[in-house]
Amino acid sequence: MAGAFLRRLGQTVFVLFGISVLVFAVFFATPGADPSARIAGRGASPETLAAVRHEYGFDRSMPVQYAMLMKKLFITRDLASFVDRGERVIPEVLHAAPVTMSLVGGAAVIWVFASVLMGTLAAATRGSLLDRVLMIAGLIGISLPVFWLGEVVNLFTQSRLHHSWAFSWVPGLGYVPFSTSPIGWFKALVLPWCTLAVLFVGIYGRVLRADLVATMQEDFIRTARAKGLSPARVLLRHGLRTSMVTFVSLFGLDFAQLVGGGALLTEVVFGLQGVGRLTYQALANLDLPLVMATVMYSAVFVVLANALVDILYAVLDPRVRDGR
Amino acid sequence: MDAEAVLDVRDLRVGFGRGVDLVDGVSFSIAPREILGLVGESGSGKSLTSLAIMGLIPAPGRVGGQIGFRGTELLALSEAERRALRGRRIAMIFQDPMSALTPVYRIGWQIAEQIRAHLDLSRRPTETRVLDLLSAMGIADPRRVASAYPHQLSGGLRQRAMIAMALSCDPDLLIADEPTTALDVTVQAQILELILRLRDEFASAVLLITHDLGVVAQIADRVAVMYCGRIAERGPREAMFGAHARVHPYTAGLLGSIPRLHGPRVARLAAIPGSPPNAALRPPGCAFSPRCAHASARCDTPPPIVPLGDAHEIACILPAVAAEPDHV
Repeated sequence: MAGAFLRRLGQTVFVLFGISVLVFAVFFATPGADPSARIAGRGASPETLAAVRHEYGFDRSMPVQYAMLMKKLFITRDLASFVDRGERVIPEVLHAAPVTMSLVGGAAVIWVFASVLMGTLAAATRGSLLDRVLMIAGLIGISLPVFWLGEVVNLFTQSRLHHSWAFSWVPGLGYVPFSTSPIGWFKALVLPWCTLAVLFVGIYGRVLRADLVATMQEDFIRTARAKGLSPARVLLRHGLRTSMVTFVSLFGLDFAQLVGGGALLTEVVFGLQGVGRLTYQALANLDLPLVMATVMYSAVFVVLANALVDILYAVLDPRVRDGR
Repeated sequence: MDAEAVLDVRDLRVGFGRGVDLVDGVSFSIAPREILGLVGESGSGKSLTSLAIMGLIPAPGRVGGQIGFRGTELLALSEAERRALRGRRIAMIFQDPMSALTPVYRIGWQIAEQIRAHLDLSRRPTETRVLDLLSAMGIADPRRVASAYPHQLSGGLRQRAMIAMALSCDPDLLIADEPTTALDVTVQAQILELILRLRDEFASAVLLITHDLGVVAQIADRVAVMYCGRIAERGPREAMFGAHARVHPYTAGLLGSIPRLHGPRVARLAAIPGSPPNAALRPPGCAFSPRCAHASARCDTPPPIVPLGDAHEIACILPAVAAEPDHV
């Protein structure tokens, strides 16, 4: 177990190294994307360019540049933006991360509970009207673009019906830190949570239903019935428990990519200064240090989430534990 | 038939939706501590019969006729009442013990789950009972097996654990659906011996469902042969496997297709021509008549079940035609 853990950790470090080299190569070593030209501004003289190049270390060899960047990113943590001179990159990411984590964490709680409920109900009443209604609702949820849904939510709760009793509690767009006001944090995020969760409730509910329907045809379900267990126990303890394996692997990947910046559209629509938005701005300005920082942050999350999924896998399925 | 019987199935009919009856008027009974071998090819309706007795026919299935269990008519019971019997007084084991055990739970937990569902036992006595049951199955280290997951055990051990689970609440009737088919030959013999021994220790009657006449000849007290959803023949084992037994032409065909260890070697094993018909295409008369060497025009009406000897009955007009069937 400890050996497997260490091996996993080694893999994680290796993957992160690979990603950092790749990102560095794309942004710093691509011909035509000379960062010093951007920093120096339009029509700068060759002397200015050379000065900038020397100041930022772009005249050094690639491995040295890479090492300097990594040192500034991870050890001294004083990597500064190229665009807003003097603005440090790491605090910016650390400032955006709680926003994204609050958004995605809350949405994940909603989508896990709602989709388990939806998938289980639909599988239990397979072929009934409820099953069909739930599955169509899921399909609609998947089809609604999140930016459109967010704008519609805003239209009603921020302007049209904002003064009605139903939505007068909705605060203006933006983020309220949990430490400032837990209630304000909840109020500010509950609509973004639901909006972001809709797509995933649809996907997960449908996937879980299909998986559960297949599982309920298995021999061990027949055995559980033959044991005289109640239908609810057969469905939940034997059916759902076995189906959770697929669900968890799907969840780990989606959760990681959202925390890593994939919730960009939701963040933009609801005015949340999260990691997705930060990455977008960094790319739009070609602010290479910021790009580097956000991509590394995102990679750390995806890789960590994958490691976590593997561990959860082993917890959920004893066959994985034994390497079978 | 008799009130003494553990199980008394009469005119059982099982079908799905508007289709024909896949089990068509099956009757048999099992006395206490008796092992009844229910034999038939795949598709003959023997597994459906067992599921009907368990009350596990899935929707849109329909079950008709009578299933008397210790004087109670099962088909008249509510689903909750049947569930209380299931696993408690009628237990079942299945063919493939790998897929028949939930992969994510330990063996001990799965056995304890059944005990907890039916008996009011606290944790400690339940644990003790699980270990006692496993050792009663001839398992040397019950503690290890109880804490193992299904995939960590061999097929034989899994089937023993499965039987331990089925017997955990001392059922009156154990239904074993092809319990040895998925096992190695040596393990098969061990499991059959175990079932024989347990019949005495746990005082359970056994309905042994199999396609293997060898298994039946080894341990069954009585035998019922099914063909295409109907009973073709039923009687004591000796009456069917003796040297000069007179049997239903279908049983004769089955027996003729088994290679013999003794006596002159046959040049070529006999096989029954054709294949068992789909129940939907069943001929109006005797279902076996299209494949039967003795078929005549009289086989176009369904044959009644007629006595052939001591408690030995066959669904064939043949004994009235020729006293000696074409079988050694």
